[in-house]
Amino acid sequence: MNILTCVKRVPMTGGTIVLTADEQAIETRHLGFTISPHEECGIEEAVRLVEAHGGESVVLTLGPAEAEEQLRDCMAIGAARAIHLVTDGEEWDPQATAAAIAAAIHADGTAFDLILFGNESADAGNYQVAIRVAYALGLPVVSGIKGISVADGQVRCERESNGGRDVYEVPLPAVVSVLEGLNLPRYPSVPGRMRAKSKPVAASTPPRRESRLARRRLVVPAGQGKQAEILGHGPDAAPRVVEILQQIGLL
Amino acid sequence: MAVLVVIEHVDGEPTEPSLQALTFARGYAVDGAPGEPVHALAVGLAPRGLGELGVGTVHLAEHDAFGSYAPAAVARSVVETIQRLAPSVVVAAGSELGNEVMAHVAAMLDLPLAANCISASGDEVTRIRWGGSLLEEATVHSDVVLLTVQPHAVAIEKAPVGEPAVERFTPDLLPADLAVRVTDRVEAAADGVSLADAKIVVSAGRGAGSAEGFGIIEELAALLGGAVGCSRAVTMSGWRPHTDQVGQTGTKIAPEIYIASGISGATQHMAGCKGAKKILAINTDPDAPIFASADYGVIGDLREVVPAISAEIRRVKGA
Ligand SMILES: Cc1cc2nc3c(=O)[nH]c(=O)nc-3n(C[C@H](O)[C@H](O)[C@H](O)COP(=O)(O)OP(=O)(O)OC[C@H]3O[C@@H](n4cnc5c(N)ncnc54)[C@H](O)[C@@H]3O)c2cc1C
Ligand SMILES: Cc1cc2nc3c(=O)[nH]c(=O)nc-3n(C[C@H](O)[C@H](O)[C@H](O)COP(=O)(O)OP(=O)(O)OC[C@H]3O[C@@H](n4cnc5c(N)ncnc54)[C@H](O)[C@@H]3O)c2cc1C
Repeated sequence: MNILTCVKRVPMTGGTIVLTADEQAIETRHLGFTISPHEECGIEEAVRLVEAHGGESVVLTLGPAEAEEQLRDCMAIGAARAIHLVTDGEEWDPQATAAAIAAAIHADGTAFDLILFGNESADAGNYQVAIRVAYALGLPVVSGIKGISVADGQVRCERESNGGRDVYEVPLPAVVSVLEGLNLPRYPSVPGRMRAKSKPVAASTPPRRESRLARRRLVVPAGQGKQAEILGHGPDAAPRVVEILQQIGLL
Repeated sequence: MAVLVVIEHVDGEPTEPSLQALTFARGYAVDGAPGEPVHALAVGLAPRGLGELGVGTVHLAEHDAFGSYAPAAVARSVVETIQRLAPSVVVAAGSELGNEVMAHVAAMLDLPLAANCISASGDEVTRIRWGGSLLEEATVHSDVVLLTVQPHAVAIEKAPVGEPAVERFTPDLLPADLAVRVTDRVEAAADGVSLADAKIVVSAGRGAGSAEGFGIIEELAALLGGAVGCSRAVTMSGWRPHTDQVGQTGTKIAPEIYIASGISGATQHMAGCKGAKKILAINTDPDAPIFASADYGVIGDLREVVPAISAEIRRVKGA
């Protein structure tokens, strides 16, 4: 079976978020980049399904030239090739992103059985690109999935709800958005990284639809940067900790 | 112009995030006239008590297919109501299902959707990014503003307007609207305190060192009647299952106290414990970022500090 997984390059922010002076983006000069844990699980699942059922695993991103790094990471885990929709680094809203991804899937021409997304992206968290792509392609879509199995031209999906799991059985081809916990993604191996260097990346520059969810500025919420009251050092602090637990009424 | 709120309910009992969305919608200034009765939409059953929250009319979608959840069928009902009522704003809870249904609505109508808003006025919204570690102010370019409300961003407020009128309709569902629906259910074995609901959470990160390193964490959690949590560094190492992970892509917790040891305090971890009333951090590094979001701190090795706290609790309880 042929599987496409869509991933998005995002900065790996540490303990605090610092914005650029124009408040339009996160200051990333000293940061590394990654993809969402949801998407890592999507890539892992695609690779496992192709190992089990045969076919090809492909990874796609829409993002700046530097996002090739994330495509190579995904190919190091096992994706066979990549599609890179290269942008100039400016923000695209979810409608524009989904339109470009749907057009790229058409243009690629591969009959994908399964198209995987993260349930929401790590940074913007718009919860909608997967669903919009599904409508554009006329495919069924299931969201928030933590269990996938494929048999007899159907995908069986499990989603957590009220302490149990709801099951959806959907005919292929289908779009599925997944959550971390779906599987435990592997780390790329050194030989995997070597092989990834020579795997093909098809790059193109998609036309951009106008933004209808237009960002004005980013704001770091108040409440960060308080200072903890230090109760003590080492095991000697234990009595103070227990006093606090008693004060809160927990003992 | 009308405001329409999509109500999620369990057997007629509206969910809390839906009532928060309703409160949010009421405060929404439409043509400078906030506070007029809002329209609610529900599927299956008319939710109880909506008149208490300022709802004048309930649009009730009825269909044999609503026995099992089908996101596109719910969305189709919302779309039909939008076409009939021509509201200027459509609001739903920023819950998993609320975001899912509204994304279907947005895709069906090819309209923008602003997810997880914390405030809004006209077409200007403030929404969360990075699970709440960052805010975005944005403008929605559309005649109908579609948005969802971040759970717990607003408190539920009553505004009684009497019994709402109920307008029933049967949505015209397409076969494709029913292609994806719940067909089966797997019940989970109930085990102990659930992380999301626990009053006390004791957790550890990479500083625990190994799966075995969680023995002392489990011991303290058991003494306090709390649940065990962990960071993503731990789940990625295979020391604990993902169900224990606290954070943006793990479980969101809201305990009375969160005891976090050997966790550095990355924004994605802290996004999961914003609901904690108090945070106690235990870390060998006095400069760990977590001390800037914690209420209390102990500087030291969790392998010494955590057992000492357990011993002290035993001593106090025994006295
Ligand atoms: C500070 C900042 C800077 C940004 N800079 C850029 C930039 O330089 N260039 C740019 O193109 N975008 C940029 N964006 C991101 C762009 O806004 C989003 O891709 C778009 O808004 C889609 O929303 P989302 O990712 O939240 O969608 P969601 O609906 O939350 O995403 C769900 C899933 O859709 C898929 N997906 C989303 N976006 C992409 C993508 N770009 N490529 C492949 N799959 C995707 C992923 O599987 C993701 O898990 C930036 C965002 C922020 C916050
Ligand atoms: C999109 C995205 C989503 C993410 N979602 C999540 C999420 O849901 N949950 C999550 O947790 N992370 C998440 N992460 C990962 C997150 O960014 C951090 O990498 C992770 O939280 C780090 O875990 P940690 O604090 O245990 O490890 P580290 O950052 O390595 O910190 C270990 C800490 O332990 C201290 N320490 C070491 N030894 C001891 C000792 N013996 N006693 C006391 N202290 C000690 C060190 O001083 C250090 O502060 C996400 C990342 C991304 C990019």
